[in-house]
Amino acid sequence: MRSRNLLTGVLLGAGSVAGTLVFRRRLARRQERVDVYFGDGSMVSLAKPGEAEPLLRRARQILDLAG
Amino acid sequence: MDAAAALERLREISSQVRAAVIFERGGKIIGSTLGDEERAKSVAAEAEALLDDAEKRRSAADGDAEFAQLEVALRDGSVFVVRDGKRLIVATTAPEPTVGLVFYDLKSTLRELEAKPKPAPRKRAPAKRKAPARATRAKKPDAKS
Repeated sequence: MRSRNLLTGVLLGAGSVAGTLVFRRRLARRQERVDVYFGDGSMVSLAKPGEAEPLLRRARQILDLAG
Repeated sequence: MDAAAALERLREISSQVRAAVIFERGGKIIGSTLGDEERAKSVAAEAEALLDDAEKRRSAADGDAEFAQLEVALRDGSVFVVRDGKRLIVATTAPEPTVGLVFYDLKSTLRELEAKPKPAPRKRAPAKRKAPARATRAKKPDAKS
């Protein structure tokens, strides 16, 4: 009986950790961001509202114009 | 391949791309999926400004490598800008596109545009007929004689 309770607890714990990971991943993917790739293979990712905002604004303008 | 054909092909191969404009820096429009020329010019101008902003981030950070491509992910969709030589393409997609595939398709579109049209295959001259060889039968030696 005790080992069954322990197994249930472990399964519930593992499930909630997995659920949190999936949720955080999806949330991160939905976050507005700018990824810039350069010829030498380097990449700059801008996600902080302050640094990315001017580029995000321009991109929104492009989406509006393109329809 | 001309710009219209390259964009038509892009639409065929990529269901994720909603609109695209091919342009050069300075505002020269090469081709567009947008019907309106003025709209295409405005999109190209905004994309160029976006590119300038992005390049500033790079030089502020460290090296001087040239811009290759960028993606701006927004809630309503994504904006892509890809460069190949002096030509650029800006495209819009639905939210959460397959980023690698879109980059690949846009790059291919620009490369197809660069590629020279294949020359028409040369016509082969009709093969010369050989004169039929004269049948010469050697006389069988008479077995009896």
